[in-house]
Amino acid sequence: MTEITDITHPEIDTNEMILSMGPQHPSTHGVLRVVLKLDGETVVDLDCEIGYLHRGVEKICEHRNYQMIAPYFDRTDYIAAVSNGLCYVETVEKSLALEIPLRAQYLRVILTELNRLSSHLLWLATHALDIGAVTVFLWAFREREEILKIFENFFGARLTCHAFRIGGMTYDAYDGFQSQVKEFCDRFPKCLEDYEIMLNTNRIWLSRTVGIGIISADAAIDIGLTGPPLRGSGIEWDIRKAHPYECYADLEFDIPYGENGDTYDRYLVRMEEMRQSRRIILQALEKLPDGPIMAPKAPKVVKPPIGEYYHSIESPKGELGIYLVSDGSTQPSRLRIRPPSFINLQALRQMSIGHLVADVVAIIGTLDIVLGEIDR
Amino acid sequence: MYLFFLTAPTWFSKLPILSDRIDPMVMDYVVWPLVQIGALLFVVLTLIAYLTLAERKISAWIQVRIGPNRVGPEGLLQPLADGIKLLLKEDLIPLKADKEIFVISPIIAMVAALVALAVIPWGAAWGTISNIDIGLLFILAVSSFGVLGIILGGWASNSKYSLLGALRSAAQMVSYEVAMGLALIGALMFTKTLALQDMVISQERLQIWNILFQPVGFLIYLISGVAETNRAPFDLPEAESELVAGYHTEYSGFRFSLFFIAEYANMLIVSAIAVTVFLGGWYLPGLSYLFAPGSTLFVLASIGVFGLKTLALLYLFFWLRWSLPRYRYDQLMELSWKWMIPAALANIVLTASFLVLGQELGLIVSQNNSLKFSIGGYVFLISTAFIITVPLIWIILGQINQRSRDFNLREVQPLPMNRKVNKNN
Repeated sequence: MTEITDITHPEIDTNEMILSMGPQHPSTHGVLRVVLKLDGETVVDLDCEIGYLHRGVEKICEHRNYQMIAPYFDRTDYIAAVSNGLCYVETVEKSLALEIPLRAQYLRVILTELNRLSSHLLWLATHALDIGAVTVFLWAFREREEILKIFENFFGARLTCHAFRIGGMTYDAYDGFQSQVKEFCDRFPKCLEDYEIMLNTNRIWLSRTVGIGIISADAAIDIGLTGPPLRGSGIEWDIRKAHPYECYADLEFDIPYGENGDTYDRYLVRMEEMRQSRRIILQALEKLPDGPIMAPKAPKVVKPPIGEYYHSIESPKGELGIYLVSDGSTQPSRLRIRPPSFINLQALRQMSIGHLVADVVAIIGTLDIVLGEIDR
Repeated sequence: MYLFFLTAPTWFSKLPILSDRIDPMVMDYVVWPLVQIGALLFVVLTLIAYLTLAERKISAWIQVRIGPNRVGPEGLLQPLADGIKLLLKEDLIPLKADKEIFVISPIIAMVAALVALAVIPWGAAWGTISNIDIGLLFILAVSSFGVLGIILGGWASNSKYSLLGALRSAAQMVSYEVAMGLALIGALMFTKTLALQDMVISQERLQIWNILFQPVGFLIYLISGVAETNRAPFDLPEAESELVAGYHTEYSGFRFSLFFIAEYANMLIVSAIAVTVFLGGWYLPGLSYLFAPGSTLFVLASIGVFGLKTLALLYLFFWLRWSLPRYRYDQLMELSWKWMIPAALANIVLTASFLVLGQELGLIVSQNNSLKFSIGGYVFLISTAFIITVPLIWIILGQINQRSRDFNLREVQPLPMNRKVNKNN
């Protein structure tokens, strides 16, 4: 930790103030505790303390059947439950070398991208709220509500949605699913414009985000950032393009990336990603084929062959990976989650030092962390 | 002459119950002011209570919500329910707090806010409680006294968040008091008095609102006023996402509500002063044709006009709060010291120059300590204010502050997309 000495007035005892932000604080997005070392309001050093939400998901997984594990993943990143579920079932399918029917693949993509939209909307809402734009918060929640209604119809749950099974889907799309999603997609660009009117060229928003929390491309790679924080720094890396899974290879979409690696670029990247997600959903709706939703060869008792498997997907927050060690039994020998939020959070210290307390709040917001995923 | 405003209106002195028993002097200087004060406090405190409801309703409409609608018809009894809740809440004093100061600081904030109400010219003639010579200075002095309550409260709470909030508040108030005071000087050159009632009368005599002569002064005053009352986008002392609740983090129950009332009362005062100095106070062109000046109806109508103008400005406060993000502490200081204060100073110089020039040209006559304009004088002053002062200050300050607003010069460009994926990355 850096020490500060006041050279002009050595007789004055100047101490840094240690400010404990969280675990109960309005803008640490859950139960993150950030210990700030402040000189006035400038951050000299900071330390993150996590673990307040630890539930031992990885250990629990070692004592459950493969089918029983799946719902636990809805509770890691509870903002993006669908993506988490997708990552798990795909890992197991990879270990079993299962081929998924095309209809199930398209449905999975539609739901995952809807989930990306809802996750990004929640990020926008809380990020704007942290910087003080309260109205955007409620506007974004209005649109998120529409998505949650679709989820409720599809999964029967709004937050911990769960409908992916090893080998396909449990349920097929309900009557009117396509039209409801289509209707939402038609309305959505107008809503995005509304947010951008409030923020994009707003002087205060610019001065709060431009040049704040800069992280260079090299540093971002060193830390292992993924998702929008990495793309904001100018590196075009998206697992949907680099290692396509499901039917992403058949769909057209662009990967936005920033230039300066500051909070504003990350904001722009996520806003553009929402547009691209909408594009993917519309294409997938159009191409949605008929057919079965479960793989005919899907086993009743899942016993992956002995070996180690790693699979990762592009979750809304970055690369979500699962490392699975199978001993050939009905329970995994070891299951390790690579949560994007946990690794993205490591950049907080580097990004925040030298900025003010108010910027730390903005930077935590721009990293888009979810503590359920960090602590697992 | 000023004592005139203190006398009770004739209908009041002739009330049969009072006029027989009470000496007219006592009536004018004791009974009537007490009646006024009682009425004012009742009206203002009720208004403040309903301002909280108005803010919640307006914010709800902005945010596509419904807002409070459970207590009473359309939620109209909500302020009452809030008040009762705050009164009945547990009154906590943190163990390590400085008890005496902790208890007294919300009272200081509240009292300072209410004292300032005394000199505001709510209406013509008997519609005003007192019209002291130093009216405007009195308001500036008392409102900076209110900061003391916030600083002491933040310090006495013995909490780091409160302390940071109090420090921010102190810095913010000191900076914006300067800009606020300087912004008013331009208008003073036209009214030639500090007494607030006389400022309105001078605008009535010239038959024009000062905002037409002083667009820059009005803008600076308004922005400083928002900062002065700790409202968004300048609500740093209580920025909830950074400092939890800032200086009143540790306050609960009725002590918290005192701070809360003080904030709303301050908003009311800032709006009322802006109306008095720049927007003609209770003067509305044509009002004197509808009602005979000096009559009871005229006074009541003038109070209504003043109230409507004040409420319109209060709406602006709400509107700003719910649409703008929050400034950062250093950016706030920058705005004050690099923009507001130089602009206010330039405004003073330019206004004074144009007034002197106008007198040299014979368009303006200074007479009996007041100004008289010919029609050419009005045109000259208004056109110079809008055509010369506003763009000149804007351009000069823009040039000087070019470097500090570099961040803003970057145009919003569409993001680049689909560069060739380099898989080694």
